[in-house]
Amino acid sequence: MPVITYRDALGAAIREEMQRDDRVFLMGEEVAVYQGAYKVSKGFLQEFGEMRVVDTPITELGFAGVGVGAAMVGLRPVIEFMTWNFALLALDQVVNAAAKMLYMSGGQYKIPIVFRGPNGAALQLSAQHSQAWESWLAHIPGLKVIAPGTPYDAKGLLKSAIRDDNPVCFLEGEMLYNTKGEVPDEEYLIPLGKADLKRQGEHCSIITHGKMVLVAMQAADQLAKEGINIDVVDLRTIRPMDVEAIGESVRKTNRAVVLEEGWEICGVGAQVVDYIQRDCFDYLDAPVIRVHQADTPMPYAKGLERAAKPDLPKAIAAVRKVMYLD
Amino acid sequence: MATKVFMEALSPTMEEGRLVKWLKNEGDAVKSGEALAEVETDKAIMELVARGDGILRKRLINEGDTAPVGTLAGVIATADENIDSLVAGAGTAPAGGAPAPAQVVATQQETAGASSVPRRPEESQGEASTPPQQKVADVPPAPPARAAAPSAPAPTPAPAAQGEVRSSPLARRLASERGLDLHSVQGSGPNGRIIKRDIEAAAAAGAAAPRAAASAAPSAPVIPREGDFHDEPLSQIRKTIAKRLGESIGPIPTFYLTAEFDLTRVMEMRKAMAELGDQFKVSVNDVLLKATAVALSQHPEVNAHWLGDKIRYHNRVHLGMAVATDEGLIVPVIWDADRKRMSDISREAKELAKRARERKLKPDEFTGSTFSVSNLGMFGIDQFTAIINPPEAGILAIGTSEEKLVVVDGEPVVRNRVRVTMSCDHRIIDGAVGAKFLQTLRRLIENPLMLVF
Repeated sequence: MPVITYRDALGAAIREEMQRDDRVFLMGEEVAVYQGAYKVSKGFLQEFGEMRVVDTPITELGFAGVGVGAAMVGLRPVIEFMTWNFALLALDQVVNAAAKMLYMSGGQYKIPIVFRGPNGAALQLSAQHSQAWESWLAHIPGLKVIAPGTPYDAKGLLKSAIRDDNPVCFLEGEMLYNTKGEVPDEEYLIPLGKADLKRQGEHCSIITHGKMVLVAMQAADQLAKEGINIDVVDLRTIRPMDVEAIGESVRKTNRAVVLEEGWEICGVGAQVVDYIQRDCFDYLDAPVIRVHQADTPMPYAKGLERAAKPDLPKAIAAVRKVMYLD
Repeated sequence: MATKVFMEALSPTMEEGRLVKWLKNEGDAVKSGEALAEVETDKAIMELVARGDGILRKRLINEGDTAPVGTLAGVIATADENIDSLVAGAGTAPAGGAPAPAQVVATQQETAGASSVPRRPEESQGEASTPPQQKVADVPPAPPARAAAPSAPAPTPAPAAQGEVRSSPLARRLASERGLDLHSVQGSGPNGRIIKRDIEAAAAAGAAAPRAAASAAPSAPVIPREGDFHDEPLSQIRKTIAKRLGESIGPIPTFYLTAEFDLTRVMEMRKAMAELGDQFKVSVNDVLLKATAVALSQHPEVNAHWLGDKIRYHNRVHLGMAVATDEGLIVPVIWDADRKRMSDISREAKELAKRARERKLKPDEFTGSTFSVSNLGMFGIDQFTAIINPPEAGILAIGTSEEKLVVVDGEPVVRNRVRVTMSCDHRIIDGAVGAKFLQTLRRLIENPLMLVF
């Protein structure tokens, strides 16, 4: 199986869907001539022309709104935000227009739109450009929220997102674009709302998504050397969340660590823990522990940034704690 | 990594313990398993042992003070490790939280109030003795009662650990599935929390017998091995008997069988043995214990435990013998009594009784009995009925042995006689079964030579 980057997996997903369906188009800042701020749309302008690969001004609210309007009249836009940090300006269109339109129009207007871009922290981009937004977006009825952690998942999920008739927020990762993984040549789709058991183990579940999947896998590798076998549940879709997969894993292991990139308060992990306590109460042998970013704006200083981020040692310490090993 | 020393549940029913004596000083090196202190439980004086290697850096309970199970009693750490936060967690520090490794607990305590008063007004004899509150959130905010306590001792909240078992939801479910009483399981998690591994350990150790609090569930050392017993599901008739008779008389439908045994030959045997030398002296009670054990080995239907949904028939005979102490009744156990020589039983019975009175019995010395005997003969009691030590099938109450005028072969003669009354759990034993057991016992006692057979 070919090994490709996360970046190329995303590009391939959009390209295949644009080839398959001429209602699909890509719009955003620098997506055409510059071929994407992170080069996801490399070669797109040449292949599809400027009607379907549209450079916009630096007006997030404006082009998000154009996208919603286009979706209302039957197109299937893919809106690229240079980062989800910039998408804050567009949230009125995402939350108040895209997410509500089907409901408020009494089912007359479907909004088959994908909002996508890098989410979460990279390296030393400081407080305003290092934020993980999935809990904000997942809070909204009417939105679907995807955060793939591997090239395979990124491609299969993005294709499904583009084919979905509802607004989908697709959260990528600046630090993920260069990661590599096996992606088959033949076409495949991954259904939205399905978690993936990335690794099987009987001692403890780590429930995670997005970039933190890599951390969870490293933690599992390291803990395996001590004879601790981890179930790594990659949510892949934050909303709708795969409650069955979470329950199945936790009922097996009796212990869970919930790992996410964002902040603690009202984070995705809080929702996961809620499902666990409701569905798995009688199966829990330890309180669930969450690993997340420190409750502070992301520091710019390298050492402080490292201290604030969830990472491998923190994940391992949490597992050891729910295992009653420390 | 520092190791916290907690007041542990050293008996299955212990809820608090009095620290009698520290065996280690602050600064002493200690090894895991080494005794740190003597603790008086509800049953005995036990050793509190170290659960880790290092230096005993801090002792947090004063000698003579009582603390609930789970209280932080001390800290073992390396010589240079900073243990301030751990120690601050104990009652010594004003605003500190309890030993709270879990984030959740810590948060609870913060929420409970950042008041700077120690949170155990009812135990305010001194700073160091003020044990950390285990579950602050549950305790209503109390006034700064350290000073107020002597004058106004009234509104003292119950110690949090009183009667409370901390356990994970999983542990509770597993315990209930396996018929384990959580009170009989020692928790190894934070604050003594009972977690899955503790249930598994307890189940492996055979703590499965749901024993009444007074009888003390078996602790770890009582390890029934394969072949030591066999379980039989209840037949319908046994179920009905259990249900109907239970309704009639209480949780244990008891009936009583009384018999009078002739001790003539026992007395002759004792006399003959005593003439061989002091080392061969045995008491009437020793003979009765031995005879009961041998009879039990021949009547496994009596040597049984009631486990609620089944009856456990024991293949080994562990004989409990009730001993009165100043503190109250305790039932030490002579293990494999049927297979022990009379001299061993005699010596062991004396030793156990002595240790019981000194409250020095270890849990495995007063748990695990399969049948019990109570003897009030020394008090001149002619006969009495003893109360069954659950889950056992019966108990034998032995009265005084005395000379009586009886009729033998139509002639009045004076004979040494003893009256025994067997209390039987009717759910396990029917009248005829108990009677047959007493028949065997009579044969053994009236022909004590059979005991050496």
